[in-house]
Amino acid sequence: MEIKVMANILDKNDQIAAEVNAQLSRRGIFVLNLLGSPGSGKTALLERTIAALKDELSMAVIEGDLFTDKDAERIARQGVPVVQINTGGGCHLDASMVRGVLDRLDLERLELLIIENVGNLVCPAEFNIGEDMKATVLSVTEGEDKPLKYPLVFKQAGAAVVNKIDLLPYTSFDLAAATEDITSINPQIALITASCRTGEGLEAWYDWLRGRVAAKKAAAGRKGE
Amino acid sequence: MHEMAIAQGILDIVLKAAADNDAAAVVRIKLQVGEMTEVVPEALTFCFSSLAAGTAAAAAELEVEVMPLVGRCRDCGREFRVERFRFLCPGCGSAGVEIISGRELRVEHLEVE
Ligand SMILES: Nc1nc2c(ncn2[C@@H]2O[C@H](COP(=O)(O)OP(=O)(O)O)[C@@H](O)[C@H]2O)c(=O)[nH]1
Ligand SMILES: [Mg+2]
Ligand SMILES: [Zn+2]
Repeated sequence: MEIKVMANILDKNDQIAAEVNAQLSRRGIFVLNLLGSPGSGKTALLERTIAALKDELSMAVIEGDLFTDKDAERIARQGVPVVQINTGGGCHLDASMVRGVLDRLDLERLELLIIENVGNLVCPAEFNIGEDMKATVLSVTEGEDKPLKYPLVFKQAGAAVVNKIDLLPYTSFDLAAATEDITSINPQIALITASCRTGEGLEAWYDWLRGRVAAKKAAAGRKGE
Repeated sequence: MHEMAIAQGILDIVLKAAADNDAAAVVRIKLQVGEMTEVVPEALTFCFSSLAAGTAAAAAELEVEVMPLVGRCRDCGREFRVERFRFLCPGCGSAGVEIISGRELRVEHLEVE
């Protein structure tokens, strides 16, 4: 006998992600899922972002990591609330992991929640975790072939940060080719070239974040009326 | 390996559908997997068979249909096969292209006995 099913395999995760997003959206919190290879500079970008924006925006961080809490310690030193999720070797966060730690955050006044996903350009791409948007960090030391090798993380991202441009003179990274590939995969993406070492280019990233937070707040305000 | 999580999703769907239809055993599972997904079919098959051991789907054969990446231009309506992940309309050059196929991760049907 044949049974017609037509069921989406990731439906369960997507449903939980929608619940998480609804809970945070009611309060107008903008939720960002930060993706990128290990070592691309996700935590460095967070450190810079917190230092630049914490007096202006109320923010918190969820740190996804395989086993350690080293990144969470780095974030805590910056003086914002941080919650650690260890996946115990799992290659990506899923929505139920995020739902499981929400009660450890004070959502009352929160405006921006950034979730650093497990370092990986492949696995996290298929798993929504309740975010409004994804942002992908690519460092110039990884090579300009990565967007075409891992197109999904660039297709789904609202912003891409090409990081470590201070190292461009020491690499053969072809910035023009990377730019061309990223924007043809995702013509709407906000493409930001920056260095978390020198701070160059980061103003554009802060402005992008400010814009997202303001838009989310405005949308929540409209709904609440 | 995220294929493990995806295989678990497939198994949950399959076992529920089999139980709902009073099936004793699942013989074949037909999946649709889009070209623009991060799934390696061999890894998926491997994960599935290890998870399905001891269940009604233990002997099931996984068949994967790869769904091509197809875009549709919101400006001129053209539908086209997306090559090298270039989401620009080959007809009018518009960047307003939506994906109409190629992101599927779906259990299409089962054969049971
Ligand atoms: N030269 C340079 N090094 C950077 C930059 N951003 C991060 N790093 C270094 O790259 C390494 C990995 O950064 P980290 O933030 O831990 O990456 P993550 O694994 O993506 O969180 C660290 O040694 C950082 O100091 C940058 O813009 N330029
Ligand atoms: Mg990190
Ligand atoms: Zn067109």
